[in-house]
Amino acid sequence: MAKITFITQDNDTITAEATTGTVMELAVDNGVQGIDGDCGGVCSCATCHVHVRPEDFEKTGGPNDIEKDMLELDDEVSEYSRLSCQLDVSEALDGIILKVAH
Amino acid sequence: MAYSSEQEAVCVIVGASHGGVNSAFALRKEGWTGRIILVDKDDALPYHRPPLSKAFLTSDDGINSILLKPESAYHHNNIELMPGVTVASIDRGRKTLLLDNGETLAYSKLILAVGASPIIPPIQGIDTTAAVFPLRTATDVHHIKAAVAPAQGKRAVVIGGGYIGLEAAASLTKMGVSVTVVEREERVLARVTSPELSAFFEQLHRDNNVAIHTQKNVVSLGDVDGRPCVRCEDGAQYQADVVIIGVGIVVNIELAEEAGLDIENGIAVDAHARTSDPDIYAIGDCTFHYNPRYDRKVRLESVQNAVDQGKIAAAAIAATPRDYDSIPWFWSDQYDVKLQIVGLSAGYDNIVTRTESESSPPRLSVWYFRGEQLLSVDAVNQPKAYVIGTKLIKEGRPVNKETLANPSTELSLSNLAV
Repeated sequence: MAKITFITQDNDTITAEATTGTVMELAVDNGVQGIDGDCGGVCSCATCHVHVRPEDFEKTGGPNDIEKDMLELDDEVSEYSRLSCQLDVSEALDGIILKVAH
Repeated sequence: MAYSSEQEAVCVIVGASHGGVNSAFALRKEGWTGRIILVDKDDALPYHRPPLSKAFLTSDDGINSILLKPESAYHHNNIELMPGVTVASIDRGRKTLLLDNGETLAYSKLILAVGASPIIPPIQGIDTTAAVFPLRTATDVHHIKAAVAPAQGKRAVVIGGGYIGLEAAASLTKMGVSVTVVEREERVLARVTSPELSAFFEQLHRDNNVAIHTQKNVVSLGDVDGRPCVRCEDGAQYQADVVIIGVGIVVNIELAEEAGLDIENGIAVDAHARTSDPDIYAIGDCTFHYNPRYDRKVRLESVQNAVDQGKIAAAAIAATPRDYDSIPWFWSDQYDVKLQIVGLSAGYDNIVTRTESESSPPRLSVWYFRGEQLLSVDAVNQPKAYVIGTKLIKEGRPVNKETLANPSTELSLSNLAV
């Protein structure tokens, strides 16, 4: 079980829990604005972009190669950017805070 | 009867796939306070369609793994779902829909997100032979899975080498089914991409032991020992456990046409996704619309267009209209190959192919130009080409083709832009 907090562009804070699935799915299931996941989670649309709180970046790790390329020219890219469809929910992510990028 | 302001406004959306569902949620986001009713002939909760030919076919995770939204999201947003209901007709004068259960449903705004249906070609025996299915719905996939269970040692024939057919071929191969693809044209993906990319995908499938036969015209289907047999004009016969029909789609225009809406290679809509009736909108695969980026009218079969037009229609209905100006994008996943497409290549007169790596997994991109104008990019395992292409098309910037063609030069925006 992991408890994950999303902060939207409107500064809404949503904390949600899951044991399986991806962080994108968790966000969509909980109606987090700005996380669309249009491609269904196959790293093709970049509509699930989040900024990981710097102190949590060790828990999530950095982006994979495809993700890095997809993010490269995103207007909101930062050194803490991840596509949340590429983050699997696990105990390791318990307590992390993600800021929705768009 | 005139619509009085005391009555609550109702937006009815016909079709609960990517377009319909996204427009419903976008309406709430845009501040629409009236009722939203989402009608669909499918019984299931709305689901993602692209995985149907991919992960949903190969895994046993079930429909809940591919839902567009959880059921609770519809309740939270006060979106009423009417699954398993078919709309029989639209009465534009009374602003009502007649449903197949005999009820009528009043609307103040109507969104047609009616999509398309698989073409079932007029091949002798196609409707009487067992285990012959299109691949458009979750139910179709259940039928296909049942016909090849257990998959090991089973045989499939895919009629039509388009994206759906090739994705199905890749997925079935992964499951242990031996697959034959029969294509009428001289190459696969003939309608949607260049000969270069067609050749790449033919080789990819052959490398994965899929038999690809082009210029093969299927003339009849029949049962042999209770299983389907595909017969071609040249006498070739293919025995199978399942036959998948993937020869394209036909737009579901009947409702709109019978209601007298303008039809033009689909339901004609303007930049706000509005039809010829100001209270009726249409979105997604069923529409024929103007794309300002390419300065022509197009009909697109894609998630991107369904989602984006859904948002545009919602914005217009909620009185915050924006014009549609998206650059189309698509994707296809087959084996270890991720194809991403941005733009529309039709009308190209020169191409640049950039091969980064021929070994597994291969990485290449095909760049389509009309003169010096970049129209489209097909990126194979090369998301960087896809995002750079998107940026260059969006900004209309010229491209240094020499640098582009040279894979020893790093693929970057600054290197490519002139």
